Amino acid sequence: MILLDRVSKSYNRRGVALERISLHVEPKEFVIIVGPSGSGKTTIFRLLTREEKPTSGKIIVGGMDYEHLRDKDVPLLRRKIGVVFQDFKLLNNKTVYENVAFALEIAGISNNEIKHTVPKVLDLVGLKGKENNYPMELSGGERQRVAIARAIVRQPKILIADEPTGNLDPKHAWDVIKVLEKINHYGTTVLLTTHNQEIVNTLKRRVVTLADGHIVSDKAQGKYKTT
Amino acid sequence: MKSRRAITFERIVKNGFVNFGRNIWLAIAAIAMMMITLTILLFAMVANITFNHTIADITSHIDVSVYLKDNVTDAQRDSLMGQLRQLSDVKKIVYVSKADALKQYEQQNANNSDLLAAISETDNPLPASIVITPVDPNNLQSIKNFLDKPKVQALQSDPTSYSGDRKKAIDNITRATHFFQEAGVVGIIVFIIISMLIIFNTIRMAIFNRRDELIIMRLLGASTAYIRGPFIVETMLYGAVAAIISLVICGALFKVASSTLQASSLGLLDITYSDRFFTSHLFEILSIQILIGILIGAVSSLIATRRYLKLNR
Repeated sequence: MILLDRVSKSYNRRGVALERISLHVEPKEFVIIVGPSGSGKTTIFRLLTREEKPTSGKIIVGGMDYEHLRDKDVPLLRRKIGVVFQDFKLLNNKTVYENVAFALEIAGISNNEIKHTVPKVLDLVGLKGKENNYPMELSGGERQRVAIARAIVRQPKILIADEPTGNLDPKHAWDVIKVLEKINHYGTTVLLTTHNQEIVNTLKRRVVTLADGHIVSDKAQGKYKTT
Repeated sequence: MKSRRAITFERIVKNGFVNFGRNIWLAIAAIAMMMITLTILLFAMVANITFNHTIADITSHIDVSVYLKDNVTDAQRDSLMGQLRQLSDVKKIVYVSKADALKQYEQQNANNSDLLAAISETDNPLPASIVITPVDPNNLQSIKNFLDKPKVQALQSDPTSYSGDRKKAIDNITRATHFFQEAGVVGIIVFIIISMLIIFNTIRMAIFNRRDELIIMRLLGASTAYIRGPFIVETMLYGAVAAIISLVICGALFKVASSTLQASSLGLLDITYSDRFFTSHLFEILSIQILIGILIGAVSSLIATRRYLKLNR
């Protein structure tokens, strides 16, 4: 489902961010990428969403080879991947419902279908009854669940979440993780980056540990390793 | 079922209108500038048409009058008219007898009894004349040459009337027309450039105000057209609004001009024609104005979004 083959990324000023990373994620897998700040977690994320291009190496996601991707195909790629950000990236002048509907509007989905789909997804992430609230009226955990609803409303095969719990207290963090597990349970491949030790150790999922742009360990039922 | 493409197009247009509403205060400068540009354009157009109309009008009334001595015989007159007809520059000739001349004079001065009285006291003093309509009013040389021959001169009672003052007026108007055309073109270009610069700035501000939204749209996979489209729709609306305002202002100005300036009678220029032309061609003018306004808006926002919306990421 996700294949990184000897991917390197270097920046002119900051030096090397990733060095010959190879990673293969099977469909329906739940993979956690851990590592300290600056280890390259976010760079992987940005490469997958094509916010950046790798310096070298091959990236294939959902059968799409990034090497042959033209600029005008990038929007289509992004519609196939659900993304969740640490800072939510919600539109504060739109309601919860409108924020989720926004993702469908962009994709050219009809209004009838939007009306049909959005409430279901909000129900799935546990935000029923909050449709008409604005993001500022919600807690951090609720906001992140809105972002998750927006990410999965187009039913992507892959969901990538970059530090989705980074700004949340433990209780809300768990709410968000439970939603991600539920989505994975329904068949979506989930790629999660975090530095929350408790979450990693409790989930007992595949853990890929990054340090200084290298993969230092890749365990099927991993624990958070302090380096 | 509507296609995705149709739904997307509909949303782009809708978002353009929504953004226009959200952005109206920012847009006022751009709209005002476009309005000035379109007003100048419209003025130049109507002024040009009015000048041309006036020239055509005067030209069609230009003639050459040859006044004959009373002792010229019918045979001499017919031979003179025959020779005149031979000239290639002569379009038409009409003979006005002494009696006809008197009748015309009486008609022209019907309200002035003193002048009428003065004329009826003596025996008809008005000469018979031959009125020549030239093919080209600007080229009277061959007619003049013929009339200046001593043999022909001998038959004439008074110096030939070449409508000299009118010729001068025509030259003046022609010169003014050229000047206005050139000044108009330069003015229009300058103002179009200024309008476009102001639109660039307006769009840059709008992009800046909405950058969070645009980044999110981009990350969620909005196509370039979906992001750019509303900006272009928005500036096209500026153009349409500016065109309508400009038309209202011009309409009022032409009305005022035709009622006040015509009274003061600025020489031969037919100011009322501007107003008549404007009223009778209102729909065409409106269409042209809106079209040009939309075009200026579309072109400038295309350039501005290409420049300021970094959409490659």
